[in-house]
Amino acid sequence: MKILVCLKQTFDTEAKIVLDENGKIERQGVSLIMNPYDEFAVEEALRLKENQGEGEVTVISVGGQQTQDALRQALAMGADKAVLVDPGDVELDEYSTATILAKVISGMEYDIILGGFRAIDDGSAQVAGRVAEILNIPVVNMITKLEVADGKAVATREIEGGSEVVEVPLPAVLTAQKGLNEPRYPSMKGIMKAKKKPMQKMTLADVGLEEGQIAPKVKAISFSLPEPRKAGKIIPGEPAEAARELARLLREEAKVV
Amino acid sequence: MQKGAMFLLESVDPNQIFTPEDFTDEHRMIADTVADFAQNEIQPRIEELDAQKEGLMRSMLEKAGELGLLGADIPEEYGGDEMGKIASAIITENVSLGGSFAVSHGAHTGIGSLPIILFGNEEQKKKYLPGLATGKLVAAYALTEPMAGSDALSARTKAVLSEDGKYYILNGEKIFITNAGFADVFVTYAKVDGDKFTAFIVDRDTPGFSVGAEEKKLGIKGSSTCSLIFEDAKVPVENVLGEIGKGHVIAFNILNIGRYKLGVGGVGSSKGALAVAANYAMQRQQFGLPIAKFGMIKNKIAQMAAKIYASESLVYRLVGEIEEALEGKTDGKEIGAAIEDYAIECSIAKVHASETLDYVVDETLQIHGGYGYTQEYPVERFYRDARINRIFEGTNEVNRLIIPGTLLRRGMKGQLPLLQAAQALADELTSLRAKMPTGDEAPLEIEFDMLDRAKKMFLMIGGTAAQKYMQKIAKEQEIIEILANMAIEIYAMESALLRAKKALNNDAENAETKVELALAYVYDSFPKLEMWGKQALAYMFEGGEMLRTNLSVLKRLGKFQPVNLIGIRQKIAGKVLEAGKYVV
Repeated sequence: MKILVCLKQTFDTEAKIVLDENGKIERQGVSLIMNPYDEFAVEEALRLKENQGEGEVTVISVGGQQTQDALRQALAMGADKAVLVDPGDVELDEYSTATILAKVISGMEYDIILGGFRAIDDGSAQVAGRVAEILNIPVVNMITKLEVADGKAVATREIEGGSEVVEVPLPAVLTAQKGLNEPRYPSMKGIMKAKKKPMQKMTLADVGLEEGQIAPKVKAISFSLPEPRKAGKIIPGEPAEAARELARLLREEAKVV
Repeated sequence: MQKGAMFLLESVDPNQIFTPEDFTDEHRMIADTVADFAQNEIQPRIEELDAQKEGLMRSMLEKAGELGLLGADIPEEYGGDEMGKIASAIITENVSLGGSFAVSHGAHTGIGSLPIILFGNEEQKKKYLPGLATGKLVAAYALTEPMAGSDALSARTKAVLSEDGKYYILNGEKIFITNAGFADVFVTYAKVDGDKFTAFIVDRDTPGFSVGAEEKKLGIKGSSTCSLIFEDAKVPVENVLGEIGKGHVIAFNILNIGRYKLGVGGVGSSKGALAVAANYAMQRQQFGLPIAKFGMIKNKIAQMAAKIYASESLVYRLVGEIEEALEGKTDGKEIGAAIEDYAIECSIAKVHASETLDYVVDETLQIHGGYGYTQEYPVERFYRDARINRIFEGTNEVNRLIIPGTLLRRGMKGQLPLLQAAQALADELTSLRAKMPTGDEAPLEIEFDMLDRAKKMFLMIGGTAAQKYMQKIAKEQEIIEILANMAIEIYAMESALLRAKKALNNDAENAETKVELALAYVYDSFPKLEMWGKQALAYMFEGGEMLRTNLSVLKRLGKFQPVNLIGIRQKIAGKVLEAGKYVV
């Protein structure tokens, strides 16, 4: 069974976001990790391979050279090979990334494609769905359970107020929601082996795309940081009196009631 | 590669030393993975671990085994990962975030497993190592006895061969044995026929062997610490480890390894505490400001960072040297001998890192004020857990004795050109001048000149003491202590400077903080050498012309122009506080 996992390298969940002088998100000095939802996808791919007793897990990413770290982590966890498409210094949106991924994937053999349902940085939750659309295969989002047999995938997915069990023929794209599994740590052996596993690096030209074909459709105009939380206010006095004052302030100052 | 102890006699090219900046991608991934494991799997369970919840420590060790955190030093043919000493050190450093777990882990992988890895015969390795690599078997190391602590070779446990020649019958007691409560395999020592100090592997189910009650300790409460009782314990002859009467070789080699590993662990714990200190200082408000804005707090943060930087630099420099020295060596005795060459550095690493850790946890607690004294905050535990580090693997006092002791022994045996260096110094001293800054010098040039003179101060005081006391110098413990302190600071300052210089040479863009940390450390430490030198000279000469002459030489050697240390510390503190953790 050929299993593909699309993954993205994102800022560490604890990273402090700052804007540079051009109002863009400062990337310098930020520690980067594999998108946690993609980590669920990698883990599920490895379990699938282990349960099937055979198969090959390939992890794919679009990004700069530092993205190799995230791919290496997947290799250290147990993935068999990695593909990195480095589009160079160009602006990308979800359309661009999905176009690149779909193009690479269309040249590969695959039975199932996994990914996180969203990335924790931009949170747009579009790329996997777009890839499925371009490849003209089904997509099931936000799965919390997956079983694969006889050319079909049966997945449990979260819906409002409950869950739904769906069946799709393979190949299909399935995206991971929290709760799908508990990702393993890369073992020390896995880490040492990872550097010997194949890491194919491609440029846009290698993929067979030109910059014009991936020009973003959506453009970020500006970024802003949330307003810093203002200091709280303590209203002194007797409870009844203070409550009255609180109600007055909420109405007149904060204008929330 | 620099030979052991030569740092005191010569200078070294920065590119020759290993620094954390030389970590490979794999090393970094190992560090991240182990730190994640400690933070996500161990830290949430530290309270349960410290309450010694039945079976928990063992199951955590097995979990660590699944990840490969127990087999880094074990050859692949015996089920380990044989990852090299640098990777193994990185594991140790990051496991240290797991409090008591780190002690149990260190006792198992380090002093517990290493005697068998290095000195076991083929059968012993096959029998024990695969289990030790996965955590199916847990190891403990038992050297200390009630009447034989620092003086380990005065052990009273005896071994006598049974009449049928199949067993050694052991009688005696060991105390303070880490992991004893649940370990399966104990490496211990007994004197065959009352005089031949010998190592044995003792299985838990050995008839006549039993484990005593848990000690109630100040800190590292989650680690099991018990006594071992041997009452006609029947240990099969095939469980003799190494040769009869050669137990001291194993004991001393394992101590050397245990010491540098403690150094690495100390660095990890110190970094963990500094992160807690920095975050608390940013969040705690007094007088309308986060206390991190106050100069005294910044000063503390920066001094912690500078000490950690020196510890980290010297520990990884040493680990790098050991890794290189062991390259291609598979025979345990050869490995032991190669590490023995760095015995002085191993002791320095242990002392420096454990004292840095105590300084760091103390100031971290202080920054927390009254809250730090309560069990609501983790620093209370850091403070208690840290204290043992100055005691085990040879007290810091014993380690201080080892530093000049080993040096003099090597000098007398002609293994180290100590005499030549002292003679050369005598000729040089009269014409020696300190390099004073003019503004034209290369970065760190002045500080390397200070370092050079620090080494000369050491040689001057050491040479004077050796001449005056000759063979009786061992009795002059106060002088020995001063020499040890000087050697420790020299190795620390040098490692800090070399690392900064290496960064300047290879990656100047990212060298700034390292230079600041090195300067903060050097200008804090350097003046101490002259002060110690004065104490030693005043004691050795008791006044008169000789004292005056020597003091004036010392003064020239100790001369330096102060830098803006407060300003440098403010910069360091700013970076640490912003990052919320140790940064270089």
